[in-house]
This record gives sequence, structure tokens and C-alpha cells, in this order.
Amino acid sequence: MMDSKQNIHEYLAELEDIPGTRVYTAARARRGYHINQFAMSLMKAENRDRFRADEAAYMNEWPLTDEAKDALKARDYNRLLDLGGNVYFLSKLFSTDGLSFAEAVSTMTDMTFPEYRDMMLNGGRSPIGVRSIKGGY
Amino acid sequence: MARITAGVGSSHVPLLGVAVDQGKTRDDYFGPIFAGYDWTREWEAKEKPDVIVLVYNDHASAFDMKIVPTFAIGCAERYKPADEGWGPRPVPDVEGHADLAWHIAQSLILDDFDMTIINEMDVDHGLTVPLSMMFGTPEKWPVKVVPLAVNVVTYPVPSGNRCWSLGEAIKRAVESFPEDLNVQIWGTGGMSHQLQGPRAGLLNREWDNKFLDLLIGDSDAARWIPHIEYLRETGSEGIEMVMWLIMRGALGHKTRLLHRHYHIPCSNTAIGHIVLEPAD
Repeated sequence: MMDSKQNIHEYLAELEDIPGTRVYTAARARRGYHINQFAMSLMKAENRDRFRADEAAYMNEWPLTDEAKDALKARDYNRLLDLGGNVYFLSKLFSTDGLSFAEAVSTMTDMTFPEYRDMMLNGGRSPIGVRSIKGGY
Repeated sequence: MARITAGVGSSHVPLLGVAVDQGKTRDDYFGPIFAGYDWTREWEAKEKPDVIVLVYNDHASAFDMKIVPTFAIGCAERYKPADEGWGPRPVPDVEGHADLAWHIAQSLILDDFDMTIINEMDVDHGLTVPLSMMFGTPEKWPVKVVPLAVNVVTYPVPSGNRCWSLGEAIKRAVESFPEDLNVQIWGTGGMSHQLQGPRAGLLNREWDNKFLDLLIGDSDAARWIPHIEYLRETGSEGIEMVMWLIMRGALGHKTRLLHRHYHIPCSNTAIGHIVLEPAD
């Protein structure tokens, strides 16, 4: 139990204390705005077709940094999260690639997709030891 | 007078929609999930609610990052299933209840909840999957729907306490609507899941079931769970469970359990649902 009216600095600091997790904070949302809006544009079939035909040319229509373009080209989803991408927007990119949510998600872990699928069938990843970086619990 | 007769909390995993749309609901993988909803489907068929206030989150379908409303209420006559990148789900259009929705919107604003009003939008799996789970595959949905979209993606998302209070205000709003309507409120999303980063795939059966326990009876402990606890214990997307608190808040001081079900896994997610009625 705690007061829901929490100090904003403490609140934001806690969000960075989770292993292997990038919480979609305002800072990330600002940084990744164009990555996410670019990804959102792939909701339209005609944009998916244009992107598939020439990825570099399509990305050049957006105010993306070179770093963002490289990460998008490489489908490096962890890097994209660091650059402010959010998985719900990035899902438009992996659906364009024909990947299922589970397969795309598995690429962010240290497992292959079959290993990841087996982990989920066996109850998923335990929270033990991955709740807090500082606390180590 | 309109009244809230029951509340349902339920996951809204998109893969469940795929299972319904492709007729796989009784195979080895999906069978145990859909069997858990059999009781609820039969119960809904008997209850025949007129309207569902359906609390959900949009997953980059109707909203992009241009505008991020914290709480938004759909006041339209009709909503189409969204194209989420694979073409729209082959489900009926969703019929709104504009009179009730506008009444709730006005009441909430006068009750200090400054709602965003939506007159046009498409609705994604967050809203249509729970309808499929509760009503199967009818030609036409047997209920009208008031969509209530919550930002649970861009932080800070609303606190559990604020969600619970919004539910309380929705109860007051519904009860001041003059028409005699059987209204249910559904809170959707969750349960534990994380779709991003090296920690993806986190599930937490113990915590999820503790959360279900907290929704039953006269405890209000769940409204005080801080965001960081959802994030640490249930994964980054487990935060969707704050939407269940809007449902719980709308059921009043005390609830009675009618049904609960929990299953791991569905895709990346722990599936849970609970059916409650007010017991004041």
C-alpha cells in the first residue's frame, strides 16, 4: 500500500529499475516519435507495398536518424526500444514482415523462437531475480 | 433507471480472435482457454444485458502518437472493426448506445473526470476479442457497447486509484440514466505478460491469482497497487490490469464471485477472467 500521489522523480527512477525492460516513458515517446509514426504508416496496404519495394527510399520520407534507420533495417527491436520505439507500433513492422507477435517478441530475448515457445508452454519466464536491478530480487 | 448488474474482467489477447475467426477454439492449444469461457457465454445468454460499458485499450489502431487521451469515451452510433495490419476481423460492426454514452460523458465531466469524446473510430482486438469470448460468433452482436478507451501504453498511465474512482463515477452516471437498462461493465486486458525486451515472456500465476482474489468481496486494496508493482511482477504489459479496476470500482462497495478462470499460456500471455456482481 502506498500513496498514489507519488513524487514524479522517484516514480520515473523506479521505471528504469527493471531488468531487460524499457518502459515507454515520455522521454522515450519523445525520442521515438518518428520511429513510431513511421511504423504506424505501415497499417496501410499501399504503404506496406511501397516499403517492401524499396525500404531505404520509404524510410527517407520520414525524419528518422541514421541510427534509427539502421536499427529498422536490421529489425533490431531491442535497439529500437532504446531509441524510443514502442512494441505496439513496431508490431506494424513485424506484421509487414509476416512475423507473429510471439516470434517477433522472441527476437528480443536470448532464445530462439522454438526455445521461447517452449518456455511459454512451460509457464513462461519466472519473475524471480528479474524484478529489480538495484534490489537483485 | 439504468443499473450496473455485473462486471467482467477478461484478457483480450489478439490470438484468441484468430482462434475464433479460424474455427480453432476446441483444438488442444485453445480448448482449455475457451472451455473456461463456456460458463460465461451461457451466463451472458441468460442475462441478456442491453449495454456493455467496455473498458479497453487501443493498440496503435484508432490512435497513434499524435494524440494520447488518458480516458476517452465512444459516443458514436456505430464502430467498425479496425484493420490492424492483417485486414479487419470478420466480426459484426459494433453498435453504440449514443444516448447512454453521451449521458455518461456529461455526467463524468460534471463529476470531475475530464473525458475525451470520440465520435468516430474503429475498434481493435482489445474490444472485439472480449465480445467474441462472451458471445461467440453471432450474425450481429446481441448488445450495444459504450467503448471506454484508456491509455495504458504511454507513461504515466492513470493510477489504479484514479481508475477505481472513474468506475465509481461511471456507476453514478449509469444510475442517473432514466431509461430502464441492464448494463454490464467489462474491464479488459492483462493478465501478466511482457512483449518487449530481454525479459519478454514473463508470466506470474501467483500474482495474477492474488489480483483476482482482491477483486472479490469488500477489499479495496487493489486500487492502491502502484504501477511499479504491476511492472515488476506482471511484466510491462501487465499494467493493462488497471483497466479491471474501473470495472471493480463501478460495482460498489462489495462484490460476489460468480465465476473465475485462469490459464497459461495464450501466445505470450496469461489468460484470466472473472465474473462479479454487486453485493452491497
